[in-house]
Amino acid sequence: MTAHASPSSPAAAGHSEDHGHGSLRGYLIGFGLSVLLTAIPFWLVMGDALGSKLVTAITIMVLAAAQIVVHMIYFLHMNARAEEGWTMMALIFTIIMVVIALSGSLWVMYHLNTNMMPLHDMSRMP
Amino acid sequence: MNVITAQPANAAPVFHLEDEHTHAAGGSTMLGFWVYLMSDCLIFAILFATYGVLGGNYAAGPAPKDLFDLNLVALNTAMLLLSSITYGFAMLAMGRNHIGETQAWLAATGLFGLAFLGIEVYEFAHLIHQGATPQRSAFLSSFFTLVGTHGLHVTFGLIWLTTLMTQVAQHGLTEANRRRLTCLSMFWHFLDVVWIGVFTFVYLMGMLR
Repeated sequence: MTAHASPSSPAAAGHSEDHGHGSLRGYLIGFGLSVLLTAIPFWLVMGDALGSKLVTAITIMVLAAAQIVVHMIYFLHMNARAEEGWTMMALIFTIIMVVIALSGSLWVMYHLNTNMMPLHDMSRMP
Repeated sequence: MNVITAQPANAAPVFHLEDEHTHAAGGSTMLGFWVYLMSDCLIFAILFATYGVLGGNYAAGPAPKDLFDLNLVALNTAMLLLSSITYGFAMLAMGRNHIGETQAWLAATGLFGLAFLGIEVYEFAHLIHQGATPQRSAFLSSFFTLVGTHGLHVTFGLIWLTTLMTQVAQHGLTEANRRRLTCLSMFWHFLDVVWIGVFTFVYLMGMLR
């Protein structure tokens, strides 16, 4: 309503200080979306609303990804222009590393567990 | 680049061409801090991967379903989310140059953060009391490492927050303090982002196992 702390305010002398601190509206939109994206997965799991475990798992993962994007945009003020795009570059690089580390670990260890199981039945061991 | 070495008094001063133009103090702090956050992100990625691999190895001990209380986790999530929005309000107040308002929102952030930590400590104490210690199974080892590391980050964030509130009280919203508050803001929101991963992958998916 009143002060939209616009990032276009006169920059501090010497270097461009374009780290916008967002606006009240931005924070409230982000907060509202976050509450929604937090409440839905908790409701899905606690109320067992979807019936199927697999569908529920996929849904809450999608919702978590959406909430992370909401936080990045509305709270961390990520955009492709900040620091001449270098923050975005660092973020993209990190996401690639995270995806490789996570999917690689899970994939390799899952197959290790499946293929290296002892062939005899452990329950009949003395 | 601007290192000044002590010269003997009688020696002729050595002049050299500075290739780089001067940067204002802290001009690259934001980018540097962002790179730190990204490296922190990798730490958490490794801990998530470890939990993902070991999370099903209960060693005939308790499983997530036996241990987790989703009501408590939901409350904890609310605390961290509220602390995120109050920090946002503190940044807006800082933009308007209101010291008192900034301090009040920072204090609110600190209280929500403290509530989050209190609930987490209560949860951990409850688990350990039940015999679900980190030594019990690979699942519990990786659980305590992942969630504990996040909790440790929040603890250090709170120490940092208290330090900055003292700084602002003593020196006001100077350029340096604004920069520090912006760094902590990124740190705090980043911790909230990590918590999204924790409550989704550890707690909610744990209940689905």
